[in-house]
Amino acid sequence: MKAVVTVIGKDMVGILAKTASACAGRNANVSDVTQSILDGYFCMVMVIEIDKMTCELAELEKDIKNAVPEMVVHVMHEDIFNSMHRI
Amino acid sequence: MLNLADIMETITMIQDENLDIRTITMGISLLDCADTDIDKSCEKVYEKICEKAKDLVSVGEAIERKYGIPIVNKRISVTPISMLVGISGGDPVKYALTLDKAAKTVGVNFIGGFSALVQKGFAAGDKELIESIPRALAETDLVCSSVNIGSTRAGINMDAVALMGEKVKEAAELTKDKNCIGAAKLVVFCNAVEDNPFMAGAFHGVGEADCVINVGVSGPGVVRAALAKLPKDAPLNEVAELIKKTAFKVTRMGQLVGQEASKMLGVPFGIVDLSLAPTPAVGDSVAYILEEIGLEQCGTHGTTAALAMLNDAVKKGGVMASSAVGGLSGAFIPVSEDAGMIAAARSGCLCLEKLEAMTAVCSVGLDMIVIPGDTPASTISAIIADEAAIGMINSKTTAVRVIPAVGQIDGELDFGGLLGSGPIMKLNPKSADTMISRGGRIPAPIQSLKN
Repeated sequence: MKAVVTVIGKDMVGILAKTASACAGRNANVSDVTQSILDGYFCMVMVIEIDKMTCELAELEKDIKNAVPEMVVHVMHEDIFNSMHRI
Repeated sequence: MLNLADIMETITMIQDENLDIRTITMGISLLDCADTDIDKSCEKVYEKICEKAKDLVSVGEAIERKYGIPIVNKRISVTPISMLVGISGGDPVKYALTLDKAAKTVGVNFIGGFSALVQKGFAAGDKELIESIPRALAETDLVCSSVNIGSTRAGINMDAVALMGEKVKEAAELTKDKNCIGAAKLVVFCNAVEDNPFMAGAFHGVGEADCVINVGVSGPGVVRAALAKLPKDAPLNEVAELIKKTAFKVTRMGQLVGQEASKMLGVPFGIVDLSLAPTPAVGDSVAYILEEIGLEQCGTHGTTAALAMLNDAVKKGGVMASSAVGGLSGAFIPVSEDAGMIAAARSGCLCLEKLEAMTAVCSVGLDMIVIPGDTPASTISAIIADEAAIGMINSKTTAVRVIPAVGQIDGELDFGGLLGSGPIMKLNPKSADTMISRGGRIPAPIQSLKN
């Protein structure tokens, strides 16, 4: 199973590193990362594998928020995107 | 592979446009709890609800954490209690207190089903239950009540209509020190549906399975935001197309959450109710969608046409997104629960006559409307009869949930939370007393002869 981590906000040093290490801290494997500038905001989307993760998604979200407090962070199961955008 | 734009669209819908799952409602049949001794019957009711719904709230919260989507309410609907009263006799308020206690034990927001179905006549237990509704709503916090007084098949039971006018008034009077909240928990239906997950009208129909999960989605904010991006000169067929696509996405959320809840609770999945349910939060308003379509303010000429198109497009988009669609499924227009409707009612642009016309083309009826506290019961009955007639002739559900502002001449009632607040709306001062006091039945219309 996979989940999607999104981090949005003003670009700065170390966002990717801090987010990735928060994932590593909960044993979630990062399988894909995309980043771009969307509507003037830095926007990173990270797909992580959560089968061996040691906590719930909400807890990982808290960890990442603590690591990059300036950014808006969401951690959501991939099913929600698949069901909304795929028939 | 997931696409960046799709991911951002979903997140914006939830974060900025108030997309949420309005309710997960567990329907529980109480038919096997009936006993000739009312105390034994209540005991069985309490035990069954607590057993079936013990994990409902925790599962709802787990799904919120997993998908990052808010689930605003967890609710229970039960078999119309009049059926149990018919067998046990006794004071129906005992059942209301039992339901209230069970709802508090399992931690749900509301429990619906203190109901009677009397569209063709009163059976054992029906009159007793209806007589006890004002007291039941005053003595409980979470119990909701509904009465079905008409249907396309059966016509309108005008004796019940006359009785309900009095009961709505009494429900407000008994709770006048709590903003007349009793009347806000009482709905009078024509063509009531058996799998409605929304309150205050939810009950678990007798044709339903022992226990099911029904889901109600929300999302007026999402539809409005999508329309805001459309150029103002786009033709209405394009507007309808965009509403359809948005409704599809919103409904997919409901389908996903319903399936997940059903799997985690080990209870069959019933239906998704595709309703656009507004909240008093700014932006989460059906009236604003109508204004986005091109009305200066909701309630002006053109409102009925815009609402008809919206309601139809929501259904067309939603129906393909779900394996089973049911409930009320359409746009709701509760005045006090919708920031745009409140504003339109305050400014005088939206009047009761226009609301009545709107109910002919949308999902329910005259909902959450504050009326003067000195309104005669026969006038409330006449309002109910008008709405029921619209429902009966058009083979659709209509309902009346009006709140007489007892003890207040001018001003507003503030219910708080999702129920919102609303100004007192003007009624026609002429009487319908003679017609209402005739009683009897309005016979089933020619539309009922479909076989």
